[in-house]
Amino acid sequence: MSTRLASGGRLIDRSKQVQFTFNGKQMRGHAGDTLASALLANDQMMVGRSFKYHRPRGIVASGAEEPNALINMGEGARFEPNQRATTTELFNGLVAQSQNHWPSLEFDIGAVNTYFSRFLPAGFYYKMFMYPRAFWKHVYEPFIRQSAGLGRAPKQRDQDTYEHFYHFADLVVIGGGVAGLQAALAAATAGQSVLVIEQTADWGGRAPVDGVADDSTIDGMDADAWVAQAVAKLDAMDNVTMRTRTMGAGVYDHGYLLAYERLRDHAPEAKGPRHRLWRIRTKQIVTATGAIERPLSFAGNDLPGVMLAAALRDYVVNYGVSTGDRTVVVTNNDDAYRTAIVLKQAGLEVPVIIDARPEGGGALMAKARDMGIRVDTGRAIAKVKGGKRVTGVQICAQAGEGSVLEEIPCDAVAMSGGWSPVVHLWSHCGGKLIWDDAQAHFRPDPSRPPTGASGEGFVIAAGSANGALALDAALADATAAGVAAARAAGGTPDDAPPPKADALGEAALAPVWMMPQGANIKLRMKSWLDFQNDVKVSDVQLAAHEGFESVEHAKRYTTLGMATDQGKLSNINGLAILSDALGQPIPVTGTTTFRPPYTPISMGAIAGEARGEIFQPLRRTPMHDWHDANGADWEPVGHWRRPYAFVRNGETVNEAVMREVRNTREKLGLLDASTLGKLIVKGPDAGRFLDMMYTNMMSTLKPGKCRYGLMCSENGFLSDDGVVARIDDDTWLCHTTTGGADRIHAHMEEWLQTEWWDWKVYVANVTEQLAQVAVVGPNARKLLEKLGGMDVSREALGFMEWADGTLGGFDARVYRISFSGELSYEVAVPASQGRAFWDKLMEAGKEFGVMPYGTEALHIMRAEKGFIMIGDETDGTVIPQDLGLDWALSKKKEDYLGKRAQQRSHMTDPNRWKLVGLETVDGSVLPDGAYALGNGVNENGQKVMIGRVTSTYHSPTLNRGIAMGLVLHGPDRMGEVLDFPGTDGKTYKAKIVSAVFYDPEGEKQNV
Amino acid sequence: MSDHVTSALAGAAFDGFVQLREAGACGMITLRGDFSSAVFQKAVGEVAEGAGVPKTRQITTAGDSAVAWMSPDELLIMCPHAEAPARAAALAQALSGEHALAVNVSDARAVFDLTGAGSREVLAKLCPVDFAPGAFKQGEIRRTRMAQVAAAVWMTGPDSFRVVCFRSVAAYVFGLLQASAQPGSEVGVFADT
Repeated sequence: MSTRLASGGRLIDRSKQVQFTFNGKQMRGHAGDTLASALLANDQMMVGRSFKYHRPRGIVASGAEEPNALINMGEGARFEPNQRATTTELFNGLVAQSQNHWPSLEFDIGAVNTYFSRFLPAGFYYKMFMYPRAFWKHVYEPFIRQSAGLGRAPKQRDQDTYEHFYHFADLVVIGGGVAGLQAALAAATAGQSVLVIEQTADWGGRAPVDGVADDSTIDGMDADAWVAQAVAKLDAMDNVTMRTRTMGAGVYDHGYLLAYERLRDHAPEAKGPRHRLWRIRTKQIVTATGAIERPLSFAGNDLPGVMLAAALRDYVVNYGVSTGDRTVVVTNNDDAYRTAIVLKQAGLEVPVIIDARPEGGGALMAKARDMGIRVDTGRAIAKVKGGKRVTGVQICAQAGEGSVLEEIPCDAVAMSGGWSPVVHLWSHCGGKLIWDDAQAHFRPDPSRPPTGASGEGFVIAAGSANGALALDAALADATAAGVAAARAAGGTPDDAPPPKADALGEAALAPVWMMPQGANIKLRMKSWLDFQNDVKVSDVQLAAHEGFESVEHAKRYTTLGMATDQGKLSNINGLAILSDALGQPIPVTGTTTFRPPYTPISMGAIAGEARGEIFQPLRRTPMHDWHDANGADWEPVGHWRRPYAFVRNGETVNEAVMREVRNTREKLGLLDASTLGKLIVKGPDAGRFLDMMYTNMMSTLKPGKCRYGLMCSENGFLSDDGVVARIDDDTWLCHTTTGGADRIHAHMEEWLQTEWWDWKVYVANVTEQLAQVAVVGPNARKLLEKLGGMDVSREALGFMEWADGTLGGFDARVYRISFSGELSYEVAVPASQGRAFWDKLMEAGKEFGVMPYGTEALHIMRAEKGFIMIGDETDGTVIPQDLGLDWALSKKKEDYLGKRAQQRSHMTDPNRWKLVGLETVDGSVLPDGAYALGNGVNENGQKVMIGRVTSTYHSPTLNRGIAMGLVLHGPDRMGEVLDFPGTDGKTYKAKIVSAVFYDPEGEKQNV
Repeated sequence: MSDHVTSALAGAAFDGFVQLREAGACGMITLRGDFSSAVFQKAVGEVAEGAGVPKTRQITTAGDSAVAWMSPDELLIMCPHAEAPARAAALAQALSGEHALAVNVSDARAVFDLTGAGSREVLAKLCPVDFAPGAFKQGEIRRTRMAQVAAAVWMTGPDSFRVVCFRSVAAYVFGLLQASAQPGSEVGVFADT
């Protein structure tokens, strides 16, 4: 059984007890434990079921590479699935549940899959679920959904907060083991800013654990002491920033780096954000990310109790936890001997070390033998015995096919297949790898680093991440890396020798990709490569056999390395098996692509502050709060919120819209038009410039006058419209649509900066400087006259004129313009006075029957008048000619943007659909976007379309449905009735009429 | 009419690990023109109480006035809110012989003050700008992105910053700054300098 030892545990505080629950069971651990170490201390060997076969699974690793111990963490608003127990720090009240089992972890129905595993090989889903097609939706997909595993999705809103942080550093060192610390020490002497990040809560990495086994020293100190003084030194330097619990997540172009800081995962009740995503710009990155131990592929290597040798040692040294009383160590290298030595030192049994190498190891083997540990060389594990945990191992010759020589009872197995450098961050942005035959791993190729803007490399790997596995080699490599990085970033670091490391030397490893070497199919089918996705040696061999020769294809076919751990344990073993099956060397097979993030980061960290009220910016006019307090039913228009209607008690939204239209037509309506774009265009060439921007002539407009104008793209399509007012000799004010303000401003600047850079024109966007209110209806003039201060009579301020003045005590510019067909003024006041002005209008307008109206009433009234709306009648493919706006296209001007495009043959085609009014025969409302049917079918067999609805409303003024649409030869077909099939199964009949439904003579507005 | 004037958030405030205050209505004039023109330089100086035309990404101050560099042909002149219309008119008058544009944009903006040692950190959570003490100093201005909107930032003292954004997004920017100044969310990277 696994248990807490009576002593030991360099990271835990035995004086501090911590309570937690696992699957509802109360358990105890210590401060400093991970959830994994605490589970093991409570004899919870089995922590989950596998993805496909629902096999019992236990903890395999002690860090970020863990494939099995994925946990549903927390409850309610703090629930999060797929958290790795090995990287979860224990805290009081932690609630964890295992995943992927039903009805319970101990008894799981899905485990029956394991008996059918012969029938669930690689590519099973692709082969099985192809036919019949109709089965996919109703049979296959629900079945796969049900059995597909891992965690549940959270149901509640996350209660925690998250944030981003932009950081700039000359150098970033990723990894706080001895190599990272030494690289930072070497680099920091140059005085440049250095950020050092470590993904765990503790500095030091593996060296302190390894040192326990072989009494190694650095500069005469044990590793813990050396780490403490190195951290103290770095902490004391002003130019160095140190962060633990911060993982280098991804390396991107131009020295952009994402780091993921877990601030409150270990203390969820503390104030502050849970995670912080660091968005870093740096000149040089040192990846001192260490190495990951590889499993060995023998039958039953996935049973709970089979663990990576170094992880098993970590649990003893760091947490005082033993995984079993009797541990068999199986290895192809010297490092695993450290585990045997540590176990023996802790008073635990190591019945045998099985070393696949015929000659065995070096000094570490000698030390183990001296301690009385039996070492069998040239041997292998044929099979691990046990069900929900290990009960023993069968030993065979590595060179053979698995004939059992001996069976040894044990309750844990420590396996080591060698070490692979963590090359992920090196590779994210294009760093290349080379195959190191001696150490049987891929490591960074220093001659092909990821390159920055200058073409020079900006990532340097250091220590075991660079393949320098031995302590002395790692420290020397890290020193060189730190110095090189500082130099590459433009600094002059001191040249100091690396610290002196004293450690036992190691003999060479022998690559072992399958155990035993000639394992039969029965063994291969129980030899796991990818624990999380349940991929075995036999699956990869089958993929190769079926022709998936590219490593990327084999990966997708077998799902090897596609789980949440992205194959940290499985990739090298898997591609070695693939290479063997293909009969080619490993480097020819190559690796799959390493993509960020290194381990999954939270969605919250990616979103940062962008949630709730600040999910996205909402633009508010100065009158926004009034609207909100007075029944506004909000409509998004760009980032603005505009009232769609002001709904009163007992009213539906539609009833409110109808009331607003009627009241405006009969009495007086107010519209908050502040969102309309307002651009000042000034300069000696402004008139000439606007003549190019607009299709109509703006240079001839007289000061004091307004003109409605159209803007087209250079391809001739209608892009925006609005009223232009001439302010003085060289100043115009151009109104744009609400959504068009920024776009049209940019459009003008683009032409001024790229084409007509020599024209003397300045443009300023004053949209938000002004609050604008449309005062509309028969009583509009009465209201403005009551406010007083300006002559707004027909004579003094005619239609399409404007005047500045003081209106009711407000600084106002009054435009006599109408988008509704009624007598109408638009009054602009400084935004700071907007709310007070609105209040004043509402107060003074009472006696005239004033009511505010929203965007829908605005739309209906403009449609009743046949006025087009950008975005309704236009969609980027419509030209002014389509809309009957030829009157707004100047014939006198030599050119305007779009003019030549509009002369192309397709634009002058008489068969272009043209704007008309549409009146349903029965008075109902046409469906928006409905198409008019012609006769017959086109070459694709589709019904011929001859038009479509662009705007459609119920008009309360006419008490019937009205619409506009684009129709083939529309203006020539007045009176014709067209069929518009709806999506509701009905066909609507509508007659082609003039688009001007209301007051065609314009008598209402011209009073 | 000053009795009608309200700023975007009516002086909203929040005390987190820094103090956040909406600064109220501030006067601002967008001025575009030729920086090298003597007439232009003279006009700026006269309107801004002697504050000169700033160099790239700099801000100059004098009395109640400040002049901020916005682009190679654009300045932002700051002054008391009530004086902005008159000063804009004065600029237009002084530059009537030049190709220039002076326009009062006071009400198009919202202004916030951040005070406290953590101000650099609060801003560094939102803007892709190096706010380290050695990198961002008094006298500089940055036009940048604050989360999803445009903003400009400069220092008004050793520990204080002023932030300008568009008026319509004042509540959003206040919300961003408030969220970033929550007690417990201190980052601590600029603390020892």
